[in-house]
Amino acid sequence: MATLTIIIVDGFVFAAILFLLSVGLTLIFGVLRILNISHGGIYALGAYMGTFLALKILDWGWNPYLTYVMLLAGALIIGLVVGPLIERLFLRRVYGQAEAIQLLLTFAILLILDDLIKLIWGTTPMLVSKPSTLLGQVSIGGIPYTWYHFVLIAVSIVFGGALVWLVRGTRFGKIIVAVISDREVSQAVGINVSRIYTVAFTLGALCAALGGAAIAPTIAVAPGFAVEVVVQSFAVIAIGGMGSLEGAALGALFIGLARALAIHLWPEFELVVIYLIMLIVLMLKPEGLFGAVEVRRI
Amino acid sequence: MQLKCGGSETPRQTGGATSRAQHFPLAGLIAAGLFVIVPFVVPGWMLFLLTVALAKFMVVLAVALFLRGGLVTFGHALFYAIGAYTAGFGSKWFGVRDAVLLVPVGILLGACVAALVGLFITRYRGVFFSMLNLALSMILYAILLKFYWVTGGTDGISVRTPTLLGFVPPRDVLRLSYYYFTLVITGAVTYAVHRFLASPLGFFLKALADNEIRIEYSGASVQRVIYSTYVLSGALGGLAGVLVAFAVGHIVPEYAFWLQSGEFVFIALLGGYSSVPGPLIGAIAFEFIRTYANKYAPYAWQMTLGIIMLLIILLQPGGLWAMYEGVAARFSRRVEGAPHA
Amino acid sequence: MPETHPILETVDLTKSFGMVKAADRITVQIARGELVGIVGANGSGKTTFLNLITGYLTPDHGRILLMGQDSTGLPPRLVTRLGLARSFQVPQLYTAMSVLENVLLALAAQTRKSTGFWKPLYRRQWLEEGMDVLARFGLTSYASRSVAELPEGGRKLLDVALSFALKPQILLMDEPTSGVSIEDKFQVMDTLVGVLQQSQMTTIFVEHDMDVVQRYSQRVLVFDNGEMVADGTPNTVLAQPQVRRAVLGRE
Repeated sequence: MATLTIIIVDGFVFAAILFLLSVGLTLIFGVLRILNISHGGIYALGAYMGTFLALKILDWGWNPYLTYVMLLAGALIIGLVVGPLIERLFLRRVYGQAEAIQLLLTFAILLILDDLIKLIWGTTPMLVSKPSTLLGQVSIGGIPYTWYHFVLIAVSIVFGGALVWLVRGTRFGKIIVAVISDREVSQAVGINVSRIYTVAFTLGALCAALGGAAIAPTIAVAPGFAVEVVVQSFAVIAIGGMGSLEGAALGALFIGLARALAIHLWPEFELVVIYLIMLIVLMLKPEGLFGAVEVRRI
Repeated sequence: MQLKCGGSETPRQTGGATSRAQHFPLAGLIAAGLFVIVPFVVPGWMLFLLTVALAKFMVVLAVALFLRGGLVTFGHALFYAIGAYTAGFGSKWFGVRDAVLLVPVGILLGACVAALVGLFITRYRGVFFSMLNLALSMILYAILLKFYWVTGGTDGISVRTPTLLGFVPPRDVLRLSYYYFTLVITGAVTYAVHRFLASPLGFFLKALADNEIRIEYSGASVQRVIYSTYVLSGALGGLAGVLVAFAVGHIVPEYAFWLQSGEFVFIALLGGYSSVPGPLIGAIAFEFIRTYANKYAPYAWQMTLGIIMLLIILLQPGGLWAMYEGVAARFSRRVEGAPHA
Repeated sequence: MPETHPILETVDLTKSFGMVKAADRITVQIARGELVGIVGANGSGKTTFLNLITGYLTPDHGRILLMGQDSTGLPPRLVTRLGLARSFQVPQLYTAMSVLENVLLALAAQTRKSTGFWKPLYRRQWLEEGMDVLARFGLTSYASRSVAELPEGGRKLLDVALSFALKPQILLMDEPTSGVSIEDKFQVMDTLVGVLQQSQMTTIFVEHDMDVVQRYSQRVLVFDNGEMVADGTPNTVLAQPQVRRAVLGRE
């Protein structure tokens, strides 16, 4: 019984992390219909920047509770700077070109971001554990967890809820939905579609950076981090349905629980479980759990 | 939406021959000749690079075929690793190190796995196609890591020097003889791919990026086009893997990692994926770029690749081959005076 | 030898989209060699009918028989292989290739092994057939030129030529003159109908332009609200006031 509790708790923690990683990716796909492979890079940048700032203020002897503020600050800096930069300088130039070219462009940016991290912060892993140890530990079924893990779960729920409210409940959200469903009509009605694209991409980048900064205290950020998460984030949104916020949540839950199961019961499968699930779900429902079937128009 | 191709390949045209079609066989012969004599002109390390470039050219061709059809594949490391580990297992578990024997085995295994996997994968397009075959190669990567008592795990496998049909090349001509072995195979495959591109299947592949609807409403099966190409690409990937394994002498699970596939995509883009020579030029250029980057900017390898990719995508989507064609066209126009009709 | 079976027959063909009945028990028989025009206002169901018989949509009820064979539920690719080819309102062409290559691919598609990969696309037999098709449609001078260089009328002609090259039993044209300027409309239709009549091909075309329908069709089917409300020669059908109201009045 203890094992089941542990598996569930682990599952939810993984799910929270995966959700924070992937929700920005699905948002960008939903609006711009581009799979942003560089998403992993922005996520890693957020993690690195947050870690870096938090470590700096600890060095200066400031109040350790400010590390949370620093994490947030790091994420905001990255999201608000890197997001518009990528969209305006690069992505904008390939709108309307073949999907393959757009994919390759974002892949190129990922490569650049991954090495940029190396150049700025070096190759030694960095860890700021203060934000997670600060809240103390709690033992569940004999395994120690920090309260921070549960904060992560709470943050992901709140975050998801905020995004859903933003998209469904605000005027801004309605504009986004309009652009998603018909770009030409939106333009005809006077919506500045290109600005919406920039805003949407920046929002997605912010989500990525926030996700990275949020989980940074639980792992040691190291080079190659960006590349690792790319496939995971795609798996989450592919399972859930690309462009669907609820889908990202569900996909994160699926994979999180599956990974927890694998780790505790079939450790050899831990690495592959994410790919296996993606393959199985897509074989059964190609558009994902909440995805919409795209009908070809003649 | 069609891909921007820098110079499409039209083998023969009925109305008025183009200068490109005329000097093509000549340029091809010159290139072939160069490849034959090059071992006597260049240092050993460069010959090694060329051998690896020729081998990788095979799998980059496969990736280029898909790019031609508007599909990006991030999963061909799967077949590449299958080929490489064919040579590795041959060496380690079966005591076989004959290249002439193992090359067909690698090709066959690559094709068989592609035939199996393709049944499922070829139902997808766009990002799903890209990411699903990425997932498959990552599954192989995980298997290669986990089952270390068979695969050697992270240490990989050392591949013994190849024999050619039982003939054990003496040390000093090993590199040379293996180069020619690779060259002959590459030449044969290049010819086959050339015919492929001129065939209905080759054109349907190009049409895929253009208008799937017209293909279906002509009564031809889009899925069959993709599937056939996929099986062929699996064979090419396996071939490349075996050849590189013998050339390099050591293989690791990273041969199946998705960044390896990314490297192949990069080379296809760099050289120009709409032609047959493009991927070869890209592969050779890549090996040289890598050598110099390792020397001058070892920590910025990925960034170097990324920046080059951006430049190509934004400035010259047709890659190096398109640049060559542009220069050649301008040159021949100047030589022949009046512009062609 | 008179043929007793219709070449195309639908029986009680029905299709609904939610509450809307886009096709309501359509029953019709078309004989070999007929030249049939289909008219109706937007939303009358004529496009739905077209999409049903070409396999793009699957009917809720009813059957479609092509040359006596049940083709209900078959996807467009198989419907084409059975012998029903269609052209499109927006021409579906391979824009990155030459006009001749477009035709060659159509010819290649009809063979059983359309995915042959050794013999070239440019082969004597297909080149001859292809140039012949282009000649019939007046496109010979464009043969080696890119599709992008074709004028609008030429694109329409090529679109039909590609379907014609499949040597179908029935050729279905979806608004062949839409997007064509008024001066060129009749020229385009003259060419199209001329070629098709010459080979005695059963032709069905959906059209908005009543003048075109009146001039070129031997038989007219009128759609309104998902039903087929009239079926006869152009003069008899178009003289009926309710038909005129249905087709023109509700625009």
